[in-house]
Amino acid sequence: MNTPTIAFKLNGQALSVTVSPDTPLLWVIRDMAKLTGTKFGCGIGLCGACTVHMGRRAVRSCITPISDVAGAQITTIEGLSADGQHPLQKAWVQTQAPQCGYCQSGQIMQAAALIRRFPDPSDADIDSVMNGNLCRCMAYVRIRQAIKIAAAEVQGGAPNA
Amino acid sequence: MIKRILLGLAVLLLVGSFGLSWRPAVTPIAPPAADSFTPAQVALGAQLAAAGNCAGCHTAPGGPAFAGGLGLETDFGVAYSTNISPDPVTGIGNWSEAAFARAMREGVARDGSHLLPAFPYTHFTKLSDGDVRALYAFFMTRPAVVAADRENTIRFPFNVRALQAGWKLLFFDAGVYQPVAAKSDIWNRGAYLAEGITHCAACHTPRNRFGAEQGQAAYAGAPFDGWFAPPLNAANPAPLPWTQQDLYDYLRSGESEAHGVAAGVMASVVHDGLAKLPDDDIRALATYFADNNGSAARAPTAAAALSLAMSRRLVDAGRETEPGANLYLAACAACHYSPAAKPLAVQGSLALSSAITADDPSNFIQTVMHGVGGAGFPGPYMPGFASALSDADIAQLANYLRRTRSDQPAWANLPAAIAARRPPSTTTP
Repeated sequence: MNTPTIAFKLNGQALSVTVSPDTPLLWVIRDMAKLTGTKFGCGIGLCGACTVHMGRRAVRSCITPISDVAGAQITTIEGLSADGQHPLQKAWVQTQAPQCGYCQSGQIMQAAALIRRFPDPSDADIDSVMNGNLCRCMAYVRIRQAIKIAAAEVQGGAPNA
Repeated sequence: MIKRILLGLAVLLLVGSFGLSWRPAVTPIAPPAADSFTPAQVALGAQLAAAGNCAGCHTAPGGPAFAGGLGLETDFGVAYSTNISPDPVTGIGNWSEAAFARAMREGVARDGSHLLPAFPYTHFTKLSDGDVRALYAFFMTRPAVVAADRENTIRFPFNVRALQAGWKLLFFDAGVYQPVAAKSDIWNRGAYLAEGITHCAACHTPRNRFGAEQGQAAYAGAPFDGWFAPPLNAANPAPLPWTQQDLYDYLRSGESEAHGVAAGVMASVVHDGLAKLPDDDIRALATYFADNNGSAARAPTAAAALSLAMSRRLVDAGRETEPGANLYLAACAACHYSPAAKPLAVQGSLALSSAITADDPSNFIQTVMHGVGGAGFPGPYMPGFASALSDADIAQLANYLRRTRSDQPAWANLPAAIAARRPPSTTTP
C-alpha cells in the first residue's frame, strides 16, 4: 500500500505523518507523537479507553484510520486544558474518581464531549453516553458524580441531583 | 406500448443485421480556444458539471479529473467511463459544440456510435441550449489529459452499439424539459434540475431488465453500488415525512434534524456536487421532491411519529442482556443518544433513521462497515466498524436496532447481505 503524508493538528500543533492510510490514529498519537495519555484498550471501538476529540466530537482513536483525520483538529487528554485545570479534571481529583486510572483519560474525553452536548446532564444522559467507556474498577458512581460537578461548574450552578 | 415494443424488436433485428443505425460522424474540429467562451459560461458550466456529478463517473479514483476510466458495474458487464477532457485524440477536444450537444441530447458520440445508457443522456436531453453550451464551455477549458478509453466488458449482444438504436426506440424520449403549467416556477425549476442535470432518478428509480428506468415506478427506490437509494415518493420509509425544509437542509448541508446525515454516494452528491448550486436551486429541488413524496399528507401524523421516535431513546434500559444490546451500548450509544427535547442531526437518533426502517438493510450495513465522512468531509464523523465488528456482530446489532427502534419485522437474509458488503481486505476479531 502506498504511504501518503497526512497533515492534521494534534493539540493545536501542526503534524504531518507518512504512514499507511489505514494506520489507527491511536498508533500515531502514542508511537509517533509520543503522547501516551491516550490508552489502548480493546482495539475494536468497544471500550472507550482510546477516546480523543476530532473537532468537537469524541471518537475512538483505535478504529479511526489516519486517512480520515487529514485536515482535522485532534485533541487528546494532554490538550484538553493547558494547565490540567479543565472542570472535569478538577472534579476527577475532588471526587478521587480513578482507582487504577487506565480508562480515565478516555472517560474524561468522552465526558467533555458529553457536557458540551448536555450542559445539565441527567443520570440517563450520563449513563447512555458514557456506556461505551468501560471501567474495570467499577468507579462508575464517582465518574457520574464528577461529571455532574464539572457540568455544574461550567454552568455556574449547583449539580443536577 | 405493445405496439412500441414490437416495433422496437423489429428495429433491433433490422439494425442488428444491417448496421443501419450508424449515425453520421460530426466533422472533427481543432480544439476551440479558451477565449471563445465567456467566463460566465464557464462558471455556469462548472456549477452544472458539479450538480451533475460528472466527475463522479468520469474520474477514476486518484486519477486526473474527467479523464475517465472508472468502472461502473452493470447487469451486463463493466462499463468504463470515457475521457471527457479536451484532449483531441483520447478525449473530446475535437468535438464541435454540435457533436457535444448531440451526445448530451441523443446519446450519440462524435463518431456516430451510440453511447451506452450508463451515460444518463436520457436525463441530459432535458437540458436547455444555454446549459448544454455552458457545459461545453466548461469541459473545453479543462486541462487536456491524454488517457485512452478502456474497453468495456459488456457482454454480447449488449455490446453491439447498433442495438442501442432499438433500446432508444423502446425506452428513450428525447426533448428539452417542458414546464408543467399547473405548477409554480420554483417547482418547475426543481423538476428541470432533478429530471435533467442532477439525474436523481438514475439512482432512485428501479430499472427494468434492459437497464432502462421504469417510468411507472419513478423514484420508487433502487439498489445502487451496494447501497439502496431510498424511494423519493410516498413509499419513503423515513419515520418522519421529508418536508420541504428537511429536504432543503439535507440537500444544502447534508444534515437534517428529522432524518440524519447524507452518507455513501449521496454524501458526495451533496458535498461535492449540489454544494456548487445556488440556494434558489436547492430550494427548487426541495419544493419538487416535497410535492412528489406526499409529505403534506403525512404531516398530521408527524408529531406522534416524532414523540414515538424520541421515546425510544431510553428503550435500552433493562435490555442490556439482549443480543446486540451490549454492542449498541458500547459502540454506538455515545454518539447516537439523543437529548429529550428534540432530535439532532449530528447526534442522530437511530429511531429516526430510514436506514433502520427501510425494507432493504443495505444502508444500515454499509454505514456500520464504512462509517460516515472522513478527510475533508464537512459533516459529522463516524468511523467504519468493518475491522471491529464481525458479520455476526453486525447481524445482532441490526436485529436489535430494528426490534427496538422500528415497528418493522426483522430483516430476512441478513448474513448474506452483510457478507456481500464486507470489504475484502478486512479481518475481523
